[in-house]
Amino acid sequence: MALLEVNNLTIRFGGLVAVSDFNIEIEKNDLMGLIGPNGAGKTTVFNMLTGVYLPTEGDIKVEDKSIVGMKPYEITKKHLARTFQNIRLFKSMSVIDNVKLSYNYQIKYSYFDTIFRTPKFFRLEEEIEQKSMELLKVFKLEHKAEELAKNLPYGEQRRLEIARAMAANPKLLLLDEPAAGMNPQETHELMNLIKWIRDHFDLTILLIEHDMKLVMGICEKIVVLDYGKIIAKGTPEEIRANPKVIEAYLGEECAVHA
Amino acid sequence: MKQHFRKTLIGFGIAVIGYILLSVLINSKMLNDFYIRILMMIGINIILATALNLVIGFTGQLVLGFAGFMSVGAYMSAVLTMKLHMPFIPALVLGGAMASVFGLLVGVPTLRLKGDYLAITTLGFGEIIRVLIVNIDYLGGPRGLPAIPKYTTYTWVYIICVLSVLVIYYIIHSSHGRAMISVREDEIASESMGINTTYAKISAFIVAAFFAGIAGGLYGHFLMFIDPKSFDWLKSFEIVTFVVAGGMGSLTGSILSAGALTLLPEILRLFGFSKYRMLMYAILLLILMLFRPQGLMGSKELSLKVFKNLGFKKAGGEK
Repeated sequence: MALLEVNNLTIRFGGLVAVSDFNIEIEKNDLMGLIGPNGAGKTTVFNMLTGVYLPTEGDIKVEDKSIVGMKPYEITKKHLARTFQNIRLFKSMSVIDNVKLSYNYQIKYSYFDTIFRTPKFFRLEEEIEQKSMELLKVFKLEHKAEELAKNLPYGEQRRLEIARAMAANPKLLLLDEPAAGMNPQETHELMNLIKWIRDHFDLTILLIEHDMKLVMGICEKIVVLDYGKIIAKGTPEEIRANPKVIEAYLGEECAVHA
Repeated sequence: MKQHFRKTLIGFGIAVIGYILLSVLINSKMLNDFYIRILMMIGINIILATALNLVIGFTGQLVLGFAGFMSVGAYMSAVLTMKLHMPFIPALVLGGAMASVFGLLVGVPTLRLKGDYLAITTLGFGEIIRVLIVNIDYLGGPRGLPAIPKYTTYTWVYIICVLSVLVIYYIIHSSHGRAMISVREDEIASESMGINTTYAKISAFIVAAFFAGIAGGLYGHFLMFIDPKSFDWLKSFEIVTFVVAGGMGSLTGSILSAGALTLLPEILRLFGFSKYRMLMYAILLLILMLFRPQGLMGSKELSLKVFKNLGFKKAGGEK
């Protein structure tokens, strides 16, 4: 049984078919890349997977249960978490509060506990604090826990976004251009980090990325999207050699040198 | 938890000292009735401002027509004490609860909207509540409800004001509060992290409406007379002004600005501007918005740490 199974996913915005007949299967522990030229519909796929857009047709199954029509917060509870292409941190909240937020649906206490500051409140807040701190340590952000998210440098904001998604306890993590705007050094560190969290947290990852070094370097499977349609699927080697992909996206040079 | 107990003790101590100071001033006749009335008005306005700040400042939902909930509480509690002879405090709480019910009724359909749409629809709902009351004869209609027993004392205003600020502070510093703030910061991201944003918004709204209702009850039993006109959109905007001037997302800002802006017209009156005092009020607000558009406190809180740091610097200088 695949962790994520997408069948015939199609979405139309008015007359525009943004994504059509999108089929993928992601097995547990896969690290899959979704690539394609700008405007191919990659982020639209993510938005459908996470419930931001409602697909016109098709089905999305997580562990054999359909999640189509669910609200984004309900889908998160099915252990799908994501990051965003243009960073969407809670800018005026502290770094640790950004992470703590993701525990909201997992560690709950009532308004009664809140207003009367019951022992339960302190016990659970303590637990949230500890878990958040552990995650921040993993992402090497613990020394900035009390800083406001907006004051972090760009690379750390990207890392914080992944940390926040990890706190939502995902089985499937969706990363939307995690390396966008990073320098080669940062990208390299990010590659190792992604591989490491996959192994350490026993995760399945689907990522969108334009940095071919990163995609070819860590993804075991790649799906190529062009004009809303899948034009190729396969291992990095197969994708690199695929004439359709070279024409639509990679270009001659990359195919030769990469 | 230990830290919490220490903080609570300190806070409790400060509250008690404040109360003792206040009652000494009042009992020694240093403050005459006029000042006591202003102080009580300040207390009521602080409740309103902090409650509305929870919605506008922390949850980021621009809600107007807040005075509507105040009127629900005022009428409800006035009817309970006058006609059903209920004791004051249960009547107040029930007034607040009734306002919450209205908050839920108004919140469920409107909080799906965003920004200016939300502002206009909530303003409309505030007016609906007012017009409803105008048309209910039992509540005195447009003539209002006179001869409400004067139950509101400065002690009650003080206690309830401190409690409501405390409750709102506790909510903000909890997972519920974090959910509310995350809605303000980025609703899409918040929802993607498993937050039911509608629930967060509506619960903020209900809590705020509750305290507006309580404030309304205090207000009615203080002036001994209420009419629908005292809860029109002007009153709503007055409360929004407190919140914006104090800084959206700052409780201490709301407290300071509710205090200052309630005092200001009276001070201007004392200085002989009685004719032009509202004009001056407007000009001072304009100046504030020009030079501090984020409000008095921005989204920062004034805390004891500030004084601590000041003291520390001085001590450090001596070394």
